[in-house]
Amino acid sequence: MAGISDKVIEDTVVELLRLAVTKLPADVEAALGRIFDEEKAPASQMQMKAILENLKLAEGTGTPLCQDTGIHVFFVKLGAPCGDIEALIRKGVERATKEVPLRPNAVHPVTRKNPGNNLGVHMPYIYYEPGTDGCLEITVMPKGAGSENMSQMAMLTPSAGEKGIKQFALDTILRAGSNPCPPILIGMGIGGSADICMGLAKKALLRPLGTSNPDPDMARLEHELFGALNGIGIGPMGLGGKNTLLGFHIEHAFCHTASHPVAINIQCWAARKATARIHPDGNVEYLTHKVKGGRVEGSKGERDGETAKGAKKGGK
Amino acid sequence: MAEVHLKLPASEEEVRRLRAGDIVYLTGLLFTARDEAHLRALEFQHEGKPMPVKFTDGALYHCGPIMKKEGEKWTIVAAGPTTSSRMNSLEPQFLEKIGARLIIGKGGMNKGVGEAMKKFGAAYLAFTGGAAVLAAQRVREVKGVHWLDLGMPEAVWVLDAVEFGPLTVGMDASGGSLFEEVAKQVERNTAEAKKRLGL
Repeated sequence: MAGISDKVIEDTVVELLRLAVTKLPADVEAALGRIFDEEKAPASQMQMKAILENLKLAEGTGTPLCQDTGIHVFFVKLGAPCGDIEALIRKGVERATKEVPLRPNAVHPVTRKNPGNNLGVHMPYIYYEPGTDGCLEITVMPKGAGSENMSQMAMLTPSAGEKGIKQFALDTILRAGSNPCPPILIGMGIGGSADICMGLAKKALLRPLGTSNPDPDMARLEHELFGALNGIGIGPMGLGGKNTLLGFHIEHAFCHTASHPVAINIQCWAARKATARIHPDGNVEYLTHKVKGGRVEGSKGERDGETAKGAKKGGK
Repeated sequence: MAEVHLKLPASEEEVRRLRAGDIVYLTGLLFTARDEAHLRALEFQHEGKPMPVKFTDGALYHCGPIMKKEGEKWTIVAAGPTTSSRMNSLEPQFLEKIGARLIIGKGGMNKGVGEAMKKFGAAYLAFTGGAAVLAAQRVREVKGVHWLDLGMPEAVWVLDAVEFGPLTVGMDASGGSLFEEVAKQVERNTAEAKKRLGL
């Protein structure tokens, strides 16, 4: 067998982008709903009301919920043979830019020239991992600049210890303030090298809300930081309120005994992502969104394992 | 806290009456301008070249929309606000040399901009970040586009809006700022957070 067909992969990439930018995963929607219920002050309540109203409008009209449809970061698990995956993802991004449409955001970093198709050197960016389940799994995270611009990284000294991590988290959230569209999701990387650390911070944003790092020490730190910093008072859109955070996720790696890297990647309230698992027979399962007859019907987080098998792009 | 419905262009007097915390709805022209449009407008002003629009005829909107061209006509898809603080270093000059009465954005702007707004009679209106479909629904027509060579997000789009809002007066022309009030509260809360974290 030659592997999964090029057309299925390209079409799935277009569909993933459309799903990601028009509808939030269920865990994020639920968290925003809970925050709306908790915000009683007029200013923060108005912001949350606008957010929820906008989500409904976007879903109803099939329109991107935020005009900043981001740059496109892909996470691919290569568990099944396929063709030139990078070329297919690039084709999918170019098509989605026209068809959804997405805002053309990718520019040359020095001349600032915008080719208008979201394609450029290393853009879209793709993280690869080997897959073990015989399927090709593709996740897209459209990443807006408002939140990304508030990201920080520090190479602390080992003697700074856990206190250093906590101080860094506090400083980063205060410095970001109203800019990254709170309530925000914090992705924190601890350990590794500088590049690994920031990569972990980004991957931490993919974890469903309400899940913890499997390492009990990291889970404790997540819990402590969320508890202390959610009530800092920045509030929805920085206009004050009870909730500043959607979640606080940490991913870690062992590091050099002389290093203490820590990084934060911030995600706005529009914490968008979409994942599809393509089976060797060409069937496509959407793990983050429920899809039926090409229409989004609501979505389920990965945790409950409910998926819409063989939807729209199913079959050969 | 008042609810105000303004027709654009708004007069200096109307703008100076707005107070931080007021809710505002705007009807009239919005001109989008982000980093690149600010830079070019200031460059044009410096070189004595004509501006593509008279920015004081409407409101300045920190926004990079998604637009779709159908035939010869542009239609709006999504148009929420962008992070205003990126324009902190450019806005005082813009207010002084080119002029704007109302600035719409998200996240607020710094003290320097606040001072310039006080001096030249302007106010900052906060719209919910990411609420792009909500915003687009309040635009009845895309009147035109200038400087499209800067790319879709950075171009100057002329939008005809009806009851655009709800907008919250984040910074008024008398130095009042919701963002500063929130910052003071956050500072008080920080002491408690530090205690909880053992810092």
